[in-house]
Amino acid sequence: MSRLGRITRRTLLVGSVAIAGGVAFGTWMVRRPYPNPLLDDLAEGEASFNPWVKVTGEAITLIVPHADLGQGVASMQAALIAEELDLEFGQFEIDFGEPSPAYWNIAAGSIDVPFLSSDEGLAANATRGLMNSVFKLMGMQLTGGSSSVADSWVKLREAGATARETLKLAASRQRGVPVAELATRGGSVILPDGEEIPYTALAAAAAGLEPVQDVLLREPDQWRLIGKPMQRLDMLAKSTGQQRYGIDLAVEGMVHAAVRVNPRRGELLGFDGARALAMPGVIEVLPVTRGVAVIADHTWNAFQAVAAVDCEWGPSLYPAEQAGHWEAVAASFTEERLDKVWRDEGDVVTEMGAGEVLEAEYRAPYVAHQPLEPLSAIVRVDADGVEVWVGHQLPRFLQQKVAAITGHEPEQVRFHNQFMGGSFGHRLEFDNVTLCAEIANRRRGTPVKLTYTREEDFAQDYPRQIGMARGRGRVEQGRVQALDLSIATVSSSSSQMGRLGQSIPGPDGQIVAGVWNLPYAIPHFRVSGYRVPELAPTSSWRAVGASTGGFFAETFLDELIHAAGADPLEERLRLCNDPLSRQVLEAVGELSGWGSPLGPGRGRGVAFVESFGVRVAEVVEVTDTGSGIRIDRVFATAEVGRVVDPVNFDNLFKGGIIWGLGHAMNCEITYADGMPQQGNFHAHAGLRLYQCPELVVRGLENGPRVRGIGEPPVPPAAPALANAIFAATRQRLREMPFSRGVTFV
Amino acid sequence: MQIKINGVLHEVEAPAAMPLLWVLRDLLGLTGTKFGCGAALCGACTVHVDGVAVRACQLPVGSLTGEVTTVEGLAGPGTLHPVQEAWMEHQVAQCGYCQSGQMMQAAALLAGNPDPTDAQIDMAMSGNLCRCGTYPRIRSAVRSAAAKLREQGR
Repeated sequence: MSRLGRITRRTLLVGSVAIAGGVAFGTWMVRRPYPNPLLDDLAEGEASFNPWVKVTGEAITLIVPHADLGQGVASMQAALIAEELDLEFGQFEIDFGEPSPAYWNIAAGSIDVPFLSSDEGLAANATRGLMNSVFKLMGMQLTGGSSSVADSWVKLREAGATARETLKLAASRQRGVPVAELATRGGSVILPDGEEIPYTALAAAAAGLEPVQDVLLREPDQWRLIGKPMQRLDMLAKSTGQQRYGIDLAVEGMVHAAVRVNPRRGELLGFDGARALAMPGVIEVLPVTRGVAVIADHTWNAFQAVAAVDCEWGPSLYPAEQAGHWEAVAASFTEERLDKVWRDEGDVVTEMGAGEVLEAEYRAPYVAHQPLEPLSAIVRVDADGVEVWVGHQLPRFLQQKVAAITGHEPEQVRFHNQFMGGSFGHRLEFDNVTLCAEIANRRRGTPVKLTYTREEDFAQDYPRQIGMARGRGRVEQGRVQALDLSIATVSSSSSQMGRLGQSIPGPDGQIVAGVWNLPYAIPHFRVSGYRVPELAPTSSWRAVGASTGGFFAETFLDELIHAAGADPLEERLRLCNDPLSRQVLEAVGELSGWGSPLGPGRGRGVAFVESFGVRVAEVVEVTDTGSGIRIDRVFATAEVGRVVDPVNFDNLFKGGIIWGLGHAMNCEITYADGMPQQGNFHAHAGLRLYQCPELVVRGLENGPRVRGIGEPPVPPAAPALANAIFAATRQRLREMPFSRGVTFV
Repeated sequence: MQIKINGVLHEVEAPAAMPLLWVLRDLLGLTGTKFGCGAALCGACTVHVDGVAVRACQLPVGSLTGEVTTVEGLAGPGTLHPVQEAWMEHQVAQCGYCQSGQMMQAAALLAGNPDPTDAQIDMAMSGNLCRCGTYPRIRSAVRSAAAKLREQGR
C-alpha cells in the first residue's frame, strides 16, 4: 500500500478516537515544507515564489488548487492572493495547477475533530494540530468539508505577500532604491518618483532571488477586495454559454463511450452485444467492471447502442426491496451496534422514570447528488503516461486510481482539472474516471470520452446515508428537562473510504453530526450513535451527517418545546450555552421579526445546526393554502468569522437553503429488485423556481475562525420547514421527504 | 441535411432521429447548449427554433423545420444580450451549467412578453432546473432584463 494509504488509516484512527499524542511523527517531517511544484517547469526568466504564484515576462498566473464545483472558489482563492499581491481582477490568469502534496489542505483535518468548536482547550487544540500534521504528511489535496476558505484564508494571503515582497526586492536591486521606499499597486512596483514597473518586467530579476518569507499581512482596514462585493472571474463565461466544463471538452482523435453498470451493484453475469455492435457508428462493445461499455463515433450513437446491449445482472449485496433497508436500520438500535455515546449529561435514565415521557421516531431516506452536469471523463493512455480531463475534488487519489488500472506510476498520470457543473459530493467518487481509464487502457493512444446518461448517473449515484432516530424527552414547568436521542445510520464515511481502500476503525462522527454538538444546556442530555451495517453503498452528500442529524435533533427538540408550551426561539435561547451560537439565534430572530403576528393558516419554524464549524440558524415561514403548503419566506444567519465576498456568500447561502428545502420536500432514492427506482428529475427534482421562497440571509463575523458556507446552510432547512409546517397545521412531519405527509403547492 | 444555426447554414450528416442537442454538441462543437437529462425535464438544452424555446434533447434533427438560435448566437458578435447583461450584473451563476438554458428560456419569454408579472416569470422558468439554487437571482435578473429591453424599445 502506498504511503498515502497507510497514513490515511492512522489519521482516521486518530480522528475518530481522538488520542492526542498517540502517534508520533518526526517533527522534521511535519515542519518540512513540500517543494514548490511550479519550479519543475519554469523556463529561463520565469519566477515562482511559492506554489500559488508564477510570473513570466508575459503573464501572471495564480494557481487555485481547490476545485471549483460552482461554489466560486477559483475566484475566492485568486482574490486572497490578489489582495496582498496588489493585483486587480483582469491582470492575471488562473490555473488549477497540477496535483501536488504542496497543496495539502491545512484546515479540513482540524475542522472535523470530535471536540466542540467552542472548545479551545489543550486536548482539543492538540488534536486539531495533530490532524493537520497527518493531513500534511499525506499531502492531502482535498476540496470538501466546506474547508476551502478556511484552508486558504491565511495561506494564500501569505502567498500573495511573499510574492509582492520578493518582486519589490527585485526592483530594489535593479534600481538601487531601498525596499522601504517602494510600493505596489495594480500589478506594478511603484518607485518613489511614481514610475511603475510591471511585475512581468521583474520576473527575470526576481527569478534568481530567494523568496522573502518574513511578511506581515495587511489589517482589515487596508483590504481592497476582501469583504467587498466581487465580480466572480467565471461570471462572464457563465453568463454567455462560453464556460467549458469537462463534458464539453474535445480532444483530438477521441472516440465516445457510454456505459451501463449493474444497477444492483452486483456482478455482470453475462452480456450479448451483437445487436449493439450492428448499430450505426458503433466501434466496439466491451465488458468493464460490473458492466458493459460501448465505443462509438459520437455520444448519441454510444447512448443508443449501450441501451441495446443485453445484460444479465447479478443480485445486489444489500436488501433487494426498500422495506429491507428500513428493517435493517430499525434493527440497529442495539448494544452491539452502539457506535458511541457522544454526549451524556445529567442522568437521562433516572429522569425518564420521573414522569411522562414524550417519544417519537424519525426517518431520513437515501437521497441522490445529481449535479446538473452528468458524469463524464476523458482519458488517454500511452506507454509513458496517462492524461485525464475531468473535474474532481481528490486529484491525488485520482492519480492513484488511474495508475492502478493502467500500470503507471501515479506521477505519470497528468490530471487536467475542470470547472464542474455542480457536485454536492458526487465528484468525490471515481467510477466515471476509472471506467473511462479501463476503456482507454484497451485502446491505448486513442483518447476516450465517457459520458453518462442521466439514468446511468442516477443508477450509479452513491446516495446519502439512510437513517432513523428515536427520541425520548421530558418537559417540566414550561422547560425542556431531558433529551435522549438515539441515531442509527449507515456510515457513509466508511462506505466512501472503503472505495479508497481504507477502513475506519472507531466511531463515525458523521452519524451524530449536527446533534452531539448542539449548544444546549439541557439538564439531562444524551446522544448515542448506532452504526447500521452497510446496505446500499453511500457517500458524502452536501453537509453529510448533519443533513440527517440536524433534522432529527431540531425537529424532536421542537416537539419537546411545544409540549412544554414554550416559544421555540425563546426556549432555544434559554438553553443555549455558547455565546457565538446565541448571537446567531438572536440575529435570526431579529431578521425574521420572530414573534410578530402571522395571518391565519400561517406558521413559522426555527432550527439551529452547527456543521463544519459553522453555526447556522434558519426561520421558515409557510402558509397552509388549503390546497397545499407554500413556503413564503426564509431568514437565515451564519457565523463564519469573515465574509470574503458578500455577493458569492449570499448566493451560496441561499442555494444551500434551497438545496436543503427541496430535497426534504420531494427527494428520496428507494430500491426495488435491488435497483434504485428514481432515474431522472421527474422523480427526484428538488426545488423548482415556482416553489422558491423569498430568502434573506446574513453572515456574522464574531467568531475567531474563518469558515466556508458551502454545506452549513443545508442542515437547518429541513427541520425549520418541518417546524413551520407544524406551527401552521399542527401536523408533525417525522419523515423525509415531507411530500409523504403533506402536499406542496 | 442543411440546418441554419445562429444565422449560418451548416451541412450535417446525421441520422434523422438524432436529437438536435447532439448535432450541436458533438457534430458542430456548439457546447454552450447543455446535456442535462435527455428527457425534457431540466431545460439545460433550451434553444430557440424560430424564436420559440425548445428542448433540443427532444427534437430529432430530421423534424427540424425552422432556424435555430443557441446561446452562442443570442447576442451579436462582441455584444451581450440584455438577458446576459442582467445575468452578469446579478451574478446569477454558481456552477453555471443550467444557465445557458435559463437565459434562452428567459430571452424567449421576454421576446413575447416584455413586462411579465412575477407569476408569469415563475410559470415560464419553472421547467428549468437549477441544482445550485440560484432561483432568487434568476427572478431578479429576468425582471431587470425585462426593464432593459423595454428601455431599448425592442
